[in-house]
Amino acid sequence: MSKEPSFSAELLHLLEENSLRSPELLGKLLDREPSEVEQEIARLEKEKVILAYKAIVDDEKAQRRTVKAVIEVKLVPERGGGFDRLARRIARYPEVTSCFLMSGGYDLLVFLEGSTLQEVALFVSEKLATLRGVTSTATHFMLRTYKQQGVLVGDAAETDRLPISP
Amino acid sequence: MEPAPHPRRGKILPFVPDGESWVARHVRDLPRSGIRDFFDLVQTMEGIVSLGIGEPGECTPWNIREQAIFALELGKTGYTSNIGLPRLRRAISRYMERLTGVRYDPEEEILVTVGVSEALDCALRAIVNPGEQILFAEPSYVAYSPGVVLAHGVPVGVPTRFEDTFRLRAEELAEKARPGVKALLLNSPANPTGTMVKEEELEKIAGICRRENWVVLSDEIYAELTYEKPHRSIASLPGMKERTIVFNGLSKAFAMTGFRLGWACGPAPLIAAMVKIHQYSMLCAPILSQEAGVEALEHGAAEVEAMRRIYQKKRNYLWRSLTALGFPCHSPEGAFYLFPSIAPFGLSSKEFALRLLREALVAVVPGTAFGPSGEGHLRCSFSPRMEELEEAVGRLSRWMRKSFPKKSDPAARS
Repeated sequence: MSKEPSFSAELLHLLEENSLRSPELLGKLLDREPSEVEQEIARLEKEKVILAYKAIVDDEKAQRRTVKAVIEVKLVPERGGGFDRLARRIARYPEVTSCFLMSGGYDLLVFLEGSTLQEVALFVSEKLATLRGVTSTATHFMLRTYKQQGVLVGDAAETDRLPISP
Repeated sequence: MEPAPHPRRGKILPFVPDGESWVARHVRDLPRSGIRDFFDLVQTMEGIVSLGIGEPGECTPWNIREQAIFALELGKTGYTSNIGLPRLRRAISRYMERLTGVRYDPEEEILVTVGVSEALDCALRAIVNPGEQILFAEPSYVAYSPGVVLAHGVPVGVPTRFEDTFRLRAEELAEKARPGVKALLLNSPANPTGTMVKEEELEKIAGICRRENWVVLSDEIYAELTYEKPHRSIASLPGMKERTIVFNGLSKAFAMTGFRLGWACGPAPLIAAMVKIHQYSMLCAPILSQEAGVEALEHGAAEVEAMRRIYQKKRNYLWRSLTALGFPCHSPEGAFYLFPSIAPFGLSSKEFALRLLREALVAVVPGTAFGPSGEGHLRCSFSPRMEELEEAVGRLSRWMRKSFPKKSDPAARS
C-alpha cells in the first residue's frame, strides 16, 4: 500500500471519470459528507483547477461529419516571452480544440476541428501559417478515432462475468 | 438353412447401469454447493444485476493480456516444468518477499498451480491422513470443507460471529486442540466476510500452532486488497515459515481469474510432496497463463494499486448504502465483500436472497453457502463495475422501501 492520495486528488479523479456523479454518490465513495464534497468542488471550480465539464462523444455514432486535424507548428521564440505569447494567441482561435507546447522536432501541437477539409486547410494556410513567428506547419488529418480522453470508442464491453461465483 | 441359435442368447439379463452406486461414498455424501444452487436459478432469469460475483468486475490489465497474446504468437504452446517456468518462480519469489517479507527458494519452496484451488487441494492431499482434522474459521470459502473431505480428512469449522466482526479468536481455536488435528486453514483477508486477523491475534494463533505442532495452510489470495492496513502473513512470524504453506495467485488483485494461475510457497518437503500430486494430476499450469503471470508480477504493481483504490471507494459506497437501508454491516478491512446481517428483516438468508432475486432482480449469495454461521447474512460483492453497483443499490433501495417500509427508512428507525 502506497501513500493515500489527498481528498481533492481523489475527488478530481472521480470527476474526471464521470463528472455527472452527484455529491451524495461522491461522498459515499470517499467516505465523506455530501456537503464536504460540494465545498471542495466549489473551491476547485473557483480556483480554476476544474476548468469545465464536457461529454465525450462518439462522432461516428452521432453522425457528425466534422474534420479533425493535428498540426505540428514550428515557431521562432520571442525574447523575454519564449513561445507563450504566440502559443496563447493560436490557442484563442475557436477552430483550435487543443494546443500543447512540445519537445522534439516542432514546438506546438495544435488540434483543429472544422466542418470541411477545405475549411481546415484554409485556416492553416491563411491564419496559422501567416502569423509572424510561425516558421512552418505540417498538417495531418485524423481518419478514425479508437480512443479519446481515456475512453475506448466503438468497442463492446470487455467483461462478461458469471452472475454468481464463489 | 437357419443358423443355430446362440446357446446363451436370451439368458443374460439386460445390464442396467446404476451410476450412483459407483460413486465413492465420500463424494456421494458431499452436499451440493449452495452457490451452485443459486447460480442455476440465476441462470434462468434475465435482466439480473449481480452482487454475487466472486471475482473482479474489471478485465485483466491490458499489458498482461497483450503478453499472453504475444506468447501465443511466439508459439509458446507446450508443457512447462511441473513446478512452473523458472522465470515465473523467480518472479514469484521476489513478489512474495515484497508482500510478506519472507523469502522462498524458487527451486524448492515454490510450486506454480492452476489457481489457489489446485494448490490447496494438493496441500490437503499431501498432508492429510484419513480421519485427520483440519480447522478453519467459519463462515468460510466454499471449497474448504469439501476440499478436506475429498482428501479424506475431517473439516472442523470454528464458528465466528457478527458481533465479533467474524474474527478468529485464539482462545476458541485453542479449545479445538486435540489429537488428530493436523492443520489450521487460515484465510485473511477472508472470503466471505472481508475480516482480517488482527496482528496480536495472529501471534497468539501462531503460538498455538507451534505448541500443538499444527501445519498452517494460509490462503492469502486477498493479501493485496486491504484498505486500512497492510496484510501480515503468518509465515512472517518467528518459527512459522517452517510449518506454513502460503497460497497466493493472480486471480483477485490482478483480475486474472480465468487465467487460473496460483502458487504455493512453503517448506521444501511439503512442496515436494505436493509436486508428486500435481505432476500426476495436472502436470503443469497452462504456459500462456504462466507467461502472462511473469508480466503481471514484474509490471503489474501500479495497476494493482489503482484497482485497490477503486475497490476501497466502492466498498465505502456499498457499505454506506447498505447501512443507510438498515442492514447492520461491518466495513470490511480487505477482500471485496460485504457480509451484512439481515436480522432486522425476519427472513432466513435463503428466503431473503430468493425474494431479492425474484422481486428486485438483484443477485446476492445467501450466507449459508459459506457454512452454518453464515445464516442471517448475505454476501454482497463490491467488485462489480460502478454503474452495476449503482443499479443494484437503486433496485435494492426501492425493494427495501416496499418490502420493509419501517426498517429501511432512516427517519422511521430513528
